[in-house]
Amino acid sequence: MTELGPDVRVINGNYAAAEAVRLVDVDVIAAYPITPQTPIVEYLSEFIANGELDAEFIHVESEHSAISAVVGASATGVRVFTATASQGLALMHEVLFIASGLRLPIVMAVANRALSAPINIWCDHSDTVAQRDTCWIQLYCESNQEILDTIIQAYRIAEHEDVLLPVMVCFDGFTLSHTLEPVAIPDEERVREFVGEFEPVHCRLDPEEPMTIGPVGGPDCYMEFKKMQHEAMERAREVIGEVNREFSDAFGRSYGDGLVEEYNTEDADYIVIAMGSVCGTVKHVIDEERPDVGLVRVKAYRPFPGDRIAEIIQDREGVVTIDRTHSYGAMPPLWTDVKAHAPDVEVSSTIAGLGGRDVRPEDVLRAIKVAEEGKGTDEPVWINVNV
Amino acid sequence: MIEIRIHGRGGQGAVTAAEILAIAAKEDGKYSQAFPFFGVERRGAPVTAFARISDEFIRVRSQIYRPDHIIVLDPSLMSVVDVTEGLREDGLVVINAPEDNWNDVLERLSGYRVYAVDATEIALDELGVPIVNTAMVGAYLRASKVLSLDAVREAIRVRFSGEIAEKNVRAVERAYEEVERIE
Repeated sequence: MTELGPDVRVINGNYAAAEAVRLVDVDVIAAYPITPQTPIVEYLSEFIANGELDAEFIHVESEHSAISAVVGASATGVRVFTATASQGLALMHEVLFIASGLRLPIVMAVANRALSAPINIWCDHSDTVAQRDTCWIQLYCESNQEILDTIIQAYRIAEHEDVLLPVMVCFDGFTLSHTLEPVAIPDEERVREFVGEFEPVHCRLDPEEPMTIGPVGGPDCYMEFKKMQHEAMERAREVIGEVNREFSDAFGRSYGDGLVEEYNTEDADYIVIAMGSVCGTVKHVIDEERPDVGLVRVKAYRPFPGDRIAEIIQDREGVVTIDRTHSYGAMPPLWTDVKAHAPDVEVSSTIAGLGGRDVRPEDVLRAIKVAEEGKGTDEPVWINVNV
Repeated sequence: MIEIRIHGRGGQGAVTAAEILAIAAKEDGKYSQAFPFFGVERRGAPVTAFARISDEFIRVRSQIYRPDHIIVLDPSLMSVVDVTEGLREDGLVVINAPEDNWNDVLERLSGYRVYAVDATEIALDELGVPIVNTAMVGAYLRASKVLSLDAVREAIRVRFSGEIAEKNVRAVERAYEEVERIE
């Protein structure tokens, strides 16, 4: 939580993202503007034009090119950044696998937005959750402060030699991207000390030490590469926790254990499990009228902290997930992930906030009621919907 | 926590007014949020912006449905949108209207605490353009007493620079002086 002090500025989520990139002193940026992420691209262009950030900005004609450019730049051993949303992230899809397969520590911000059709510029999680199996670490933010702090941490996580995977920092379009609130801006020198010099240890184009990047991996070795990616993702759990603790020591803020944040869970009869900014509204409801409810905020969706969540939700009166996306023809993704780790726990499923439908306190209360009534265990309950 | 809704037309600076309030809140040691109605904006079309101000960190992320205070940048909006929708009983409305419109304003806003000022005249005098947002922030300050004038002066200097900032500070100060409760 942000403490008000002289280091605080009142900024929107997109600015918080751009400011983090400036503080980290990223070397190469390639990004293509798309609502609601566009201001990130504008702020970063301004920082570079004003001499506040010494980085190369590669102008591209699409998101596919943006991610391809940062893949190439990252392979030369420099720090890179890109940002997108919605259709732009979908257009990046095939290259996302290449970024993780090459084990490149790319950091990308996503201002979450629904996918067409119908055309919709507003928030839900269908864009990033659809990229769940691309072997990118996915971290979801609740506040603008958390966007800034998480992007700084993301470089440490991505570049850690036990991990070497790209990281997606996800935050809700408009609800965070276009909302101003107080954010403490950490000291530039201390951020640079925290992230350290980037010393590529694995994938690097260097004429002195030539190496081939991205060759064919046939049936004889492809599976080994994939299992190693799985193992890196598993090791990322430990690293995310470690970086969260070190960040707390350095800057005085932490987010649960880095993967999961618990709120009022200790004696709670009911547990809500959710991701992103809606968790703020859940906390508000707990504070104002439901002290018997606790929140499990899933900050890391990949790697999924399933064992930890399974422990927390044991022996409760009721448990409910709020998904801001759906897996059509199956149960929603967050519910499915929770149930995979807690098959014996009865978990209710709700879907809310698709395409920017506001998730109001009464919608959170409705989701809690679904758990109280034991509904939604084999079919999701759609909250505040008129069909 | 105080919840504020601002009605304007595209180009009048409703969103900037919300941002100035949020920045000023921090100057007064308070937490805040400012956000636009999440939609598509066009010059001249009705625009809505929101702000929350609180002594504690604000967790709630939904839009504002039961505002405590309303700021109306353009009196003609009253015939287009329901500017008092959801306004709490005895809620505050601060409206930009020239004095010869005040009777009409009162009629439409009966039951609420209404403050009015001719912000268009102030904006034309001080800025040379009919962008009334900063003048209306000044009027709102006087009517609501939620924030200090010094905090808003500082916020304007954060949001604008140089001569433009000083002109807007004068617009705030004048509206602060000239606003009146009408009843």
